[in-house]
Amino acid sequence: MGLFSKENREVLCNPLGSNNPVAVQVLGICSALAVTAQLEPAIVMGLSVTVIVAMANVIISLLRKTVPNRIRIIVQLVVVAALVTIVSQILKAFAYDVSVQLSVYIGLIITNCILMGRLEAFAMQNGPWESFLDGIGNGLGYAWVLIVVAFFRELFGSGTLFGMQVIPQGLYDAGYINCGIMLTPVAALVLVGCIIWFMNARAEKAEKKK
Amino acid sequence: MEHFFSLLVRSVFVDNMIFAFFLGMCSYLAVSKNVKTALGLGLAVIFVEVVTLPVNYLLQTKVLGPDCLFDGVDLSFLSFILFIAVIAGIVQLVEMVVERFSPSLYASLGIFLPLIAVNCAIMGASLFMQQRITMDPSSTQAIANIGDAFAYAIGSGIGWMIAIVCLAAIREKMEYCDVPKPLRGLGITFITVGLMAMAFMCFSGLKL
Repeated sequence: MGLFSKENREVLCNPLGSNNPVAVQVLGICSALAVTAQLEPAIVMGLSVTVIVAMANVIISLLRKTVPNRIRIIVQLVVVAALVTIVSQILKAFAYDVSVQLSVYIGLIITNCILMGRLEAFAMQNGPWESFLDGIGNGLGYAWVLIVVAFFRELFGSGTLFGMQVIPQGLYDAGYINCGIMLTPVAALVLVGCIIWFMNARAEKAEKKK
Repeated sequence: MEHFFSLLVRSVFVDNMIFAFFLGMCSYLAVSKNVKTALGLGLAVIFVEVVTLPVNYLLQTKVLGPDCLFDGVDLSFLSFILFIAVIAGIVQLVEMVVERFSPSLYASLGIFLPLIAVNCAIMGASLFMQQRITMDPSSTQAIANIGDAFAYAIGSGIGWMIAIVCLAAIREKMEYCDVPKPLRGLGITFITVGLMAMAFMCFSGLKL
């Protein structure tokens, strides 16, 4: 079996679309909503989760035959907690501002359901390489939803992208004002609701074509 | 005593786990289909919260904090692993006790009980508590002693329960509504939660 055989490519690509962890499997919502008021923390969060899911998937998949079934949850939690601690220390060392902004949500990656979901559903049954691809795919599927939500929230909520002014000053002079509600939790929830709506409508259309 | 109550009320309404911080969202969305199970899960969350938070508070102040165990050593980078171990351990313990002494309650809670270990509302409360220990003690959010940790645990648990019971009630009624087809199920639930969060925002003006 090749490293990038058809099955493996599906493992990598399905979570990006038809089996998206946030929009379809409803995993990992908590952090998806809380860190998306600006683009930068959203991207950092997406990348951290991708790295952690991929690594945890590989480790658990290597351990899957030696860990007794009864204590597997604790073993998974410890592996994930160790990885999250490493990532959090790295962020504190090299990207302090972002790690302050993310505050407790980095620690909460431990209880992010994407991790437990993927470890239980995939890494416990599959080899390390497939698990690695599955982790990358799910992490990126999570990251793109975060980035889309953060893009709209930052653009309309504060008129900036990556902290840089995007909406021209002339518009403000003409009476345009930032939409304050985009910065509140409300907008995040409604935006994710709309993304799910869009994904469902698209899936339905694809089904009809068949 | 006054601080105890203001912390309690604040964590129920203003710093609500769901509407202000989106914590415990996964089980919140998955288990809110009917009011009865929602109430059961809410009570279980309050219970686990009340047990784990004071334990983690003692762990943080007596073992992990700067200069606690050894002089000049700050072990707080270990907090993630220790907190989650305490939570998972206590959930396991609660599960065993409930199974032994009240099999009927055990059967009705089913899978929710072990799942509480990975409920981010519990872990989130411990992490917020860790931040609040170092806060200025005059602030209403500060957690200065174990009583405050207790108040914060009860408050955030009750806040979570109120949120899940309300959503379950709305979803029960929504069964009879004519929602656009692709929006049915999860999509409309998100938008409902958004509107509920908007209603809860009015509490943020509360002076405590």
